[in-house]
Amino acid sequence: MYGWCGKIARINLSDQTGWVDAADPDILKTFIGGRGLSGYYLREKITLDWNHPDMPLLFFAGPLVNTRSPTSGRMTIMSRSPLTATVGDSSVGGSFAHQLKKAGFDGIIITGKSETLCGIEIQDQTIRIVDAAHFTGRKIGEVHSLLKGRGSTAIIGPAGENGVLFSSIIVDRHFAAGRTGIGRVAGSKNLKYLTVKGTGRTKVFDPEGLRSAREDVFRLAAASPVLLGEYGISRFGTGALYDLMDARRMMPTDNFRKTRFGNASRMNAYAFKKKYSPKKAGCRGCHILCKKITEGRTSMPEFETMSHFSALLDNRDIDAVVEANRICNEMGMDTISAAATLACFSEISKKKLSPQKIVSLLRDIGKSKGIGAELGKGAMIYAQGCGRSDLAMAVKGQELPAYDPRGAYGMALAYATSSRGGCHLRAYPISHEILRKPVATDRFSFKGKARMIKIGEDLNAAADSLTACKFIFFAASLEEYARIYTAVTGMKTSGQDLFETGERINYNERMMNAANGFSGKDDDLPGRFFKSSGEKDGSIQIDPIDRAAFLTARSNYYRARKLDKNGMPVPKVARQLGLEPLTIPTGDL
Amino acid sequence: MNQILRIYEDKLIKNGLAEPGAPLLGCLDADLEWNRTDMDFVVFEAIFKRLHINSIIFSRPAEPYRSIIDYLAETSNGIITPQDCETRTFLHDLPVSFQFLPDEITSILKKRKSIIIPGRGIITYGMVGMEQAYVTYASVCFACFIKFFSDLLWDAKRGNIDERKRNLFDGVVKRLDSPGAFHGSLMKGPFNSADSVCEAIQEAGRLTVEHRLVDSYFGNISFCHGQTLYISQTGSSLDELGGCIDPCPLDGSSCVPITASSELPAHLKIVQTTGYRAILHGHPKFSVILSMDCDIENCKCRGACHLKCPHDRSVRGIPIVSGEVGSGPHSLCNTVPEAIRNESGVIVYGHGVFTAGKTDFNQPFKNLIKIENNCREEYFDRIG
Repeated sequence: MYGWCGKIARINLSDQTGWVDAADPDILKTFIGGRGLSGYYLREKITLDWNHPDMPLLFFAGPLVNTRSPTSGRMTIMSRSPLTATVGDSSVGGSFAHQLKKAGFDGIIITGKSETLCGIEIQDQTIRIVDAAHFTGRKIGEVHSLLKGRGSTAIIGPAGENGVLFSSIIVDRHFAAGRTGIGRVAGSKNLKYLTVKGTGRTKVFDPEGLRSAREDVFRLAAASPVLLGEYGISRFGTGALYDLMDARRMMPTDNFRKTRFGNASRMNAYAFKKKYSPKKAGCRGCHILCKKITEGRTSMPEFETMSHFSALLDNRDIDAVVEANRICNEMGMDTISAAATLACFSEISKKKLSPQKIVSLLRDIGKSKGIGAELGKGAMIYAQGCGRSDLAMAVKGQELPAYDPRGAYGMALAYATSSRGGCHLRAYPISHEILRKPVATDRFSFKGKARMIKIGEDLNAAADSLTACKFIFFAASLEEYARIYTAVTGMKTSGQDLFETGERINYNERMMNAANGFSGKDDDLPGRFFKSSGEKDGSIQIDPIDRAAFLTARSNYYRARKLDKNGMPVPKVARQLGLEPLTIPTGDL
Repeated sequence: MNQILRIYEDKLIKNGLAEPGAPLLGCLDADLEWNRTDMDFVVFEAIFKRLHINSIIFSRPAEPYRSIIDYLAETSNGIITPQDCETRTFLHDLPVSFQFLPDEITSILKKRKSIIIPGRGIITYGMVGMEQAYVTYASVCFACFIKFFSDLLWDAKRGNIDERKRNLFDGVVKRLDSPGAFHGSLMKGPFNSADSVCEAIQEAGRLTVEHRLVDSYFGNISFCHGQTLYISQTGSSLDELGGCIDPCPLDGSSCVPITASSELPAHLKIVQTTGYRAILHGHPKFSVILSMDCDIENCKCRGACHLKCPHDRSVRGIPIVSGEVGSGPHSLCNTVPEAIRNESGVIVYGHGVFTAGKTDFNQPFKNLIKIENNCREEYFDRIG
């Protein structure tokens, strides 16, 4: 088999067993890997509670991993989200996926629940479940250090053990699978960590074809200002977007009460670079190297983290941003949700949070201590408890990232329709609405956006399944990646074929959410965005979103996505996409 | 009719890429909209159903593109492979179909952004809007023009021009635009405000397009005022730069210009190393064609001329350098700044021309016209 290993590691933590299963080649071809394959293995269990022992926690790499395919070292971690109750997944970099493939596996499926805290250690085809009670309550950096020599690591922090619903899983100490609280799923299974180390190679069908397609992608990346330009993410990290968001007057500030942060020019990527002199780092096999890490091994905050721990909280202390990021990574918490929950708390309690208070609250959340225990449930549950759900800036219970939807209407629609709640990455319309790639679109218009969002979602589902980095699609397209996929796997395909797979993956996720009671009423934004203006500045005016226009665009999206008028999947369409109706789960996978 | 459709239909006609009444444009959101009724709807509706796209342009190109493209398509083996920078980087190659059937068209568009059907026209699509389809359409026209004249020069030098080719060439030449001429004056520097800089940039950009020195959304332009370089945004059309100019602080203290032109590294380096402050980059066709005309035999770099050329090449005194778009190891930002230091301009192999001035765009714009006109004359001299 080319590209894929054809094997899946199966682990049941209840009876502490691990074994190797053959992967069905037809399923591999139909869902590719990463997010697609995870979704396939999740679907039959999706109506179980997120903390049910039979609920799987899935780690899947893609066929391009461990080959010379550019920017293709990522994987998806998926389960049902404790935060949103939707499909819960996160794409993550580092070298875990690479080592997993070297060990001979396309993925890992973990079910059951260990009686005591445990770890999973994989070395080539050997799977061990080991006691990890001595790691109870220990932070990620410590555990990572103690696991040195055992390969790539995926670890949960104290937050995942202590019930924080937006807990993350941190790979190789610096790479966060941050969103939707999958770290809490691991915690519920008493799983503290995984390590994986392998020695095998992934077979490539056509190395010369891969070389040629790779060159095309490199050429496109070199031509991309966002990726490799003077002010691009390779040089400044994803924080390079910070100035632009402020300049476009769409930087979420004060819990989305404002769209401009007065101190932005002093807390931008340049300021971080000047103060901390970070070095370039990145995922295995990536030449963009957008990760920035200091010599002291401190990760610089990503754009979302920079923005939310400064503007969203009206915090003007750059050191506090770095410290907040460090705490989240050490405790194992999603930075976006953590910051947005604090912003919600700040607005409800009518207290501006000092830098010291931000830091101490984050520690309390991670330890589930005092008010931290309440905030650890996320903004929506906390706000509902206070009778102010209108002040939780979240969609389907997941806190919104750092793009104010009033400044980009495609983003507004994409937030609403995302299958994992408030997420910018499912459709990623910032690419064309703000970054002008592949061409610029009118950010203040819903015209044509329904189909654009649908297409964007399909593209990114394919990218998440290959598993390639989304950033490369600021420059390249599935046209180039189809050639890479064919060269690696020997499977003839085209960019449009990959879109079709992306469509199947999205529809499957929509079906899973529908099975859990989600419908069109959940595809909505917080009321604030339809009522309040953002900042006016020169020629830019940030108005409230026209509710009627939004609803029309949402209806158009349902038609483009071939859902019914309530946003529900249609069985006939599902079958056309090769998806059988969901059945009620019983027993093991 | 959808306003977007009207805008791009007009743009195709205004830029000499299609004749009035020829373009068929369709865009799909929840519903499919067209700019006009057409017998071919059924074909394109089938294509929309099968592809993840939201816009299509189908048109017979205007002359001289029509004759050129039909000829290249008819004499191709199903794929046209121009060697210019835009094709190499973005389109890769240009597939041809001799059948106007949904299955055939769909299967080709699944893999590439365009298809040429001899005698019928060009089909292109967009996934995020009509502009994407337009840019691809314009790129196909540009690439085919370059390839036709380049191939013909190659053949002429080797005595390989048959009667058909000669007749076609003569016909095409008659339909070429007149050589550019400009006797006026652009805004005079030095400029004393950011607003006047932007105004000057917009004026020069507009004139560059009007004089057909750049097509579509190619080309870029900048001016350095104080410690800030003002530069056109990536993917902006030089004749529509209002709101599309990024201020780029030379000390790097803001990343707002993350949306600046791909050629920002070259513009910055020119400003920082040469004393020039006004930079204009267009894609005039005959300059591009002559940049690829090289008679050096047994060159070890043949086939990689765009990456690295070991020879000092020039045309009528204007240096020709290698270099690719952006900031890679073979970027033109490593070749153009040094080459332009004491010259009125530089031609980048298979790509375009950079010109520069010290106080305003008068000299760069006039030099751009002059270089292109010289190349055009030189081309016909070489053809004989």
